[in-house]
Amino acid sequence: MVKYLLKRIGYIILSLFLIVTVTFILMKAAPGGPFASERALTPAIEAQMNEAYGFNDPIHEQYFTYLINAFTFDFGPSFKYVGQEVTEIIGRSFPYSLILGLEAIFIAISFGVLLGVLAAVQHNKFGDYMAMVIAVLGISVPSFIMAAVLQYIFAIYLQVLPIARFESFAHTILPAIALATTPLAFIARLMRSSMIDVLNRDYIKTAKSKGLSERVVTYKHALRNAILPVVSYLGPLVVTILTGSFVIEKIFGIPGLGSEFVVSVTNRDYTVIMGTTVFFSVLLLFSILIVDLLYGLIDPRIKVTSKEGDK
Amino acid sequence: MKWKSWSLLLTLLLALGVLLAACSGDEPAESEDDGTEEGNTEEPAESEDTEGTEEDTEASASGDGLAADQTFDINIRTEPPSLHPGLASDTTSGAVLYQIFEGLMRINQDGEVEEAMAESYDVSDDLLTYTFHIREDAVWSNGDPVTAGDFEYAWKWVLNPDNADTDYAYQLYVIKGAQAAKEEGASSDDIGVTAIDEKTLEVILEQPTPYFLDLTAFYTYYPVNQKVVEGATDWALNVTDTYVTNGPFLIESWAHKDQIVLKKNPEYWDADTVKLETINMYMIDDENTSLEMFNSGELDWAGDPTDALPLSAIPSLKADGSLNISPLAGVYYYAFNTEVEPFNNVNIRKAFALAINREGIVQSVTQREEIPAMALVPPSIWEESEEGYFKDNDVETAKEYLATGLEELGLEELPAISLSYNTSEAHAAIAQAVQDMWRQNLGVEVTLNNEEWNVYLDSMSAGNFQTGRMGWLADFNDAINFIELFQSVGGNNYTNWESEEYSNLIEQSRTETDPDARKEILREAEAIFMEDLPIAPIYFYTNAWLSKDFVKDLEVSPLGGVQFKWAYLAEE
Repeated sequence: MVKYLLKRIGYIILSLFLIVTVTFILMKAAPGGPFASERALTPAIEAQMNEAYGFNDPIHEQYFTYLINAFTFDFGPSFKYVGQEVTEIIGRSFPYSLILGLEAIFIAISFGVLLGVLAAVQHNKFGDYMAMVIAVLGISVPSFIMAAVLQYIFAIYLQVLPIARFESFAHTILPAIALATTPLAFIARLMRSSMIDVLNRDYIKTAKSKGLSERVVTYKHALRNAILPVVSYLGPLVVTILTGSFVIEKIFGIPGLGSEFVVSVTNRDYTVIMGTTVFFSVLLLFSILIVDLLYGLIDPRIKVTSKEGDK
Repeated sequence: MKWKSWSLLLTLLLALGVLLAACSGDEPAESEDDGTEEGNTEEPAESEDTEGTEEDTEASASGDGLAADQTFDINIRTEPPSLHPGLASDTTSGAVLYQIFEGLMRINQDGEVEEAMAESYDVSDDLLTYTFHIREDAVWSNGDPVTAGDFEYAWKWVLNPDNADTDYAYQLYVIKGAQAAKEEGASSDDIGVTAIDEKTLEVILEQPTPYFLDLTAFYTYYPVNQKVVEGATDWALNVTDTYVTNGPFLIESWAHKDQIVLKKNPEYWDADTVKLETINMYMIDDENTSLEMFNSGELDWAGDPTDALPLSAIPSLKADGSLNISPLAGVYYYAFNTEVEPFNNVNIRKAFALAINREGIVQSVTQREEIPAMALVPPSIWEESEEGYFKDNDVETAKEYLATGLEELGLEELPAISLSYNTSEAHAAIAQAVQDMWRQNLGVEVTLNNEEWNVYLDSMSAGNFQTGRMGWLADFNDAINFIELFQSVGGNNYTNWESEEYSNLIEQSRTETDPDARKEILREAEAIFMEDLPIAPIYFYTNAWLSKDFVKDLEVSPLGGVQFKWAYLAEE
């Protein structure tokens, strides 16, 4: 197990290295720089700024500085928000994204699984069709439209929830639902097909023939096996939710990290680009690792360590 | 191996994500700055608007009674990049700094410069030496007196080449020795600013500068409390004990990217004038959301200058009479690259400039009552500009110019022209309209070329364009803002156009001390420019905003600034 973990962490570091390198190359290749503005600086001032930020150093030196910064998680100050440390920006923005993300993941999984199971149990009946209509709608309606619709219904028309900002639990409801819609629908479809598949398996028939109640069969025997594809979807889900929060954060005026991630690219705010990229990558790589470990817990048939670890 | 392919896939995905993100996204707002000017906007209270709503009449009927709760809510869209007066260089930061700091002068709601930190000032006969006398009762928020030394320290700090982030240092270049100290390594002792004593500040200018007093109201000219700030590099990053200010409002809290709260400063020298007790500045980036928050009463103000109204909402807001519009000293134009064919030919440039129907654009595309521009300097600075130098949409003359131009270039017909603009709904709509006009009026194929903001600036600077959209907003209320732009190639002049005569006139204007004669010289320069037409001006900008009826005495200046010092909320 330890050996397996070490190996996985080794791969994570390798991936990070590649990500940092690719980001650096793309960042430098993109036209424009952090000091570009409609109001051009005088050449002397621009030269001073380039010097102060080390843009006059040879490119490989800049690259190594970046690499060291990335692995020590010290990115220096932002260019756009003069003097603010990147780590501080991440530290203050991430909690918003985290709360929003966790709420959205919770909604997506609980309602997605519920909807999927209902659809499978009611296979080819009214409930199935209803659930799948909802799922198709959820997948095809983009989150920003969903956000606008929710805002209109609940905040403007019914006036039961706030329009925007992020101050209390009530503020978090609409953005979390808007963010959760697409993954919710996806999970519902995933769950439905896997559940239908499992329900037709022989061991389910055995269980039923043993006289176990429908409820026990469905929830104890079928669900545990059918949920595996959903668990493997958790990794990508975390990514979708975290990076996809940009639009939602913008619409609801939430000071989260998703907008920081996207806006830094437009601003060519090199240090923030690097900081958020590394941060999101680490998050993503570890969430995939955790999902893989979870996999083994849920389904004993899968031994993550079986190949080399055991003996 | 399974894990390996996973990580590889992820890397690629992430790289793709970064690439995609680089292809879209927002453009930073057109840079604009500076304080209040020219109070020619109607006060919402006394609005003669006959279509005024019932609330309107009600509000004026109840007289000038102040509402019990003087809390004003406004959206400033984004996190202010810096609340250090010496480092700030954008409107959002400016909108906050104007309220919490104060310079030697302040521009009042009638657009006139009035004494602020300075109680009085003397100007020498050659207009080169200004002596400011600072108020005895001017104090910092920590109780220290505001001294002449604080100004000297702040200005010299900005002009210190070791402080690299001071983008706006050039705002101080009218002071003697300032540019030399910042750019050529001259000693800071030679900068023409001296604290003669505790309360007397002497400033020596490079040249007589008629707008110098306007400049001292600008945030780069604000003082900082030397005692507190000296040695503390990051005093302006957060609101702490070291964030010491001297303006009509105090900053109570700064939740980054979320909300700034300002409170009235009871120790301010003119505290009796200040009526607002609290100002909440929210940072909501989405225009539609902030408009909805305004409609639901969570905001008291929507739109310019700190926020923007969604393009699609303008027609209906105009129809129901709630939209306020005032001029903004700025010009939207298409720059011609005068080094590439066919725009190296003046007649071709004229043909293209004349073949645009500006009235049509402002009526049906932008719809914010912009003024069609047939001149360079906006009418809020020079009234003559409402007329302009040529006739709008003069297709007949344009065709004649085109024929002459083609003959001079030895061409049968024009090759396809590319028209560049940076990503934005509004720029795209205008470009499409112009594309259509040029195609119909001149029979020329026009391809549209849309680029992301940073990429766009890069191509413009590299001269990699034929015609490209640009805009310029004044820093202070003077024509030199616009004339100076095209003095030499480089900087913000993307046209590659230069004229010795034009440049000489500008230099001549700098030493001219008589205002009328100076204006004559600058008018002459503008005439030369408009004869050569390295740009096709499209329109002069306007401010467009909504405000609640009970918001009084809050003016939007033609310079895009807003001052809360005089504002108050009337009883509803």
